[in-house]
Amino acid sequence: MFHWLEKNPFFFASAISIVISFAGLIEIVPNFSKAARPLVDLKPRTVLELAGKEVYKKDNCIACHSQLIRPFKSETDRYGKYSLSGEYAYDRPFLWGSKRTGPDLHRVGNYRTTDWHEAHMKNPSKIVPGSIMPAYKHQFTNVADIETAYAEAVTVRNVFHTPYGPEFKSGKAAWEAHKPKVLADAKKIADEMQDEGVKKMVAEGKVPEIVALIAYLNSLK
Amino acid sequence: MQSNAALEYDYSLAKKFTFLTILFGFLGMLVGTIIAAQLAFPELNYLLGEYGTFSRLRPIHTNTVIFGFTVSGVFATWFYFGQRVLKVSIAESRFLMVLGNIQFWLYFLGALAATVSLLLGISASKEYAQYEWPFDIVVVLVWVLWGINMMGLIGIRREKALYISVWYYLACFLGIAMLYLFNNMEIPTYFTSGGLGNPLHSVSMYAGTNDALVQWWYGHNAVAFGFTVPIVGMIYYFLPKESGQAIYSYKLSLLSFWGLMFVYLWAGSHHLLWSTVPDWMQTMGSAFSVVLILPSWGSAINMLLTMKGEWNQLTENPLIKFMVLASTFYMLSTIEGPIQAIKSVNAIAHFTDWIPGHVHDGVLGWVAFMIMASIFHMAPRMFKKELYSKKLMEAQFWLQTTAVVLYFTSMWIAGITQGMMWRAVDEYGNLMYSFIDTVTVLHPYYTIRALSGVMYLTGFIMFAYNIYKTMVAGKELSQEPQFRTPMA
Repeated sequence: MFHWLEKNPFFFASAISIVISFAGLIEIVPNFSKAARPLVDLKPRTVLELAGKEVYKKDNCIACHSQLIRPFKSETDRYGKYSLSGEYAYDRPFLWGSKRTGPDLHRVGNYRTTDWHEAHMKNPSKIVPGSIMPAYKHQFTNVADIETAYAEAVTVRNVFHTPYGPEFKSGKAAWEAHKPKVLADAKKIADEMQDEGVKKMVAEGKVPEIVALIAYLNSLK
Repeated sequence: MQSNAALEYDYSLAKKFTFLTILFGFLGMLVGTIIAAQLAFPELNYLLGEYGTFSRLRPIHTNTVIFGFTVSGVFATWFYFGQRVLKVSIAESRFLMVLGNIQFWLYFLGALAATVSLLLGISASKEYAQYEWPFDIVVVLVWVLWGINMMGLIGIRREKALYISVWYYLACFLGIAMLYLFNNMEIPTYFTSGGLGNPLHSVSMYAGTNDALVQWWYGHNAVAFGFTVPIVGMIYYFLPKESGQAIYSYKLSLLSFWGLMFVYLWAGSHHLLWSTVPDWMQTMGSAFSVVLILPSWGSAINMLLTMKGEWNQLTENPLIKFMVLASTFYMLSTIEGPIQAIKSVNAIAHFTDWIPGHVHDGVLGWVAFMIMASIFHMAPRMFKKELYSKKLMEAQFWLQTTAVVLYFTSMWIAGITQGMMWRAVDEYGNLMYSFIDTVTVLHPYYTIRALSGVMYLTGFIMFAYNIYKTMVAGKELSQEPQFRTPMA
């Protein structure tokens, strides 16, 4: 049979395709709908938090930080309750990470505050002596893309029925109607911060990346 | 293997992709060395402002070595040996030549654009699948072009039976196609929100635990079908060709090939041990990882036994040295992986530097060694020149071998130290170390790793220089060498 296959490329390629597709079919497909279920009271992230998640992705925090607390006492002592599948049900993409050069962040919102993050992102080794994390000063001046974050909320509502309210509609008008809420959320964060430049930008209706990022980090609980 | 005096093969595409292999190899390893140094000396994060932090650069390192260096190496070797084992020149079909050139330019420009996009922070943030959707489309196009080219060449072949290396390259094509497509399913938000926001942005089709499963089914098997399958294909062609020895066992080749095809993909879930995916999937991933030793070692042993009775070549020919060491590192890497996939070991190893350590004994010791050896073998035949310097090859070999050993030993120690410190408790059951203690303790190992990066990169520059000098200053060859590559 093998000799015959080796002379018939079409069947050879078909045989490979069949053999390599078993694993995915058997491991991923059967559990798919069960693994997609959210926890009962899980709320999707606000637009500001989604914009913060984009900053997290843009500066690729995942390279050094995980968001997955494993069920060991040493981890629950350090980071809090171990992670549950249903907590991630609205996370697209998942951001568990695969490397802890820095600590896990899945429940960082429980034990770090806005002003801690502000000082830390400006100069990590001042807050945590010995830290090898770089400073992310550009986040204090770069503007977060809240419109794209809104587009994401609308998309997941339309396509995946993520439970955003009926006010999350497509189009410019709906976005303009929602924007003041995002800016109000941003102002709450900025009020707890020290940086004058950040406060000024928020007052002008622009959201610095750091504000969105802190909103996101605070939502990790 | 018959003589091929009658056929004149066209190596123009193989040459082009060889240049890219060297270019992307240099860039990928340079960025890798920089980010390794950043972990030891954090001040190096500020050389390029926003664009120079470890976190921004790391995906550029991984994607450039995977989709730049390795994939160009696969293309280069395919356009070289594909013709030879199928006994047909690609120049016999104008269509395939044109297609190959389109593939080359699309790939080159696409790779540059994608790299810039990562530098700007345009990222889907799934590991080794960071490219946003327009770049994914380019990747798919390039891949399909290569597929058509491969099928086309097979279609007009003279040698009816497909040589083992062709099996592996076919599997590489099919496997990556399937994995890449499913993992990169994403919805551009611009088109589903009435034209709001950034057109480049997309959301993943899968969420949470499912996204993790699909990602690591992809992530693990992109390694399988990019870093293992075609590289095994390479050694099946280049080792017999260089040594003049026939493959030791056809049956072992069969077992290893079909075994690898079936078993490899199941092991993906070992990246998710102790996570929120169901226990049975984790156990399955663990178990299949251990079974995976069989087909992996099957290929490696087949290669080593091919040298049976001819071990003297190891002392005489540095190219054989590269290939034998590559299969040895392959064995090391494929026993280390299953060990890390055992749940209790994984509890310590996961999230630590032992994992990059494991990856690098595979990619530096196995993948890169094999690709460089292939190019060393191809260069005199493509350029009709003798290799420029055997001495330089020897020096490169020992420099890089030392570098790999330094890399994985330092990361073993770093990883296990970190894993043990995270879980250490005092006599009252309280955690003994704060997180930062487990970071500062790693400084010496990070320094050694950065040094090993510098050494490996230096070796790669020696390699590039050797190939360049071969092209411009190598002694002309009057006829193609049959087995052993001539070198000065």
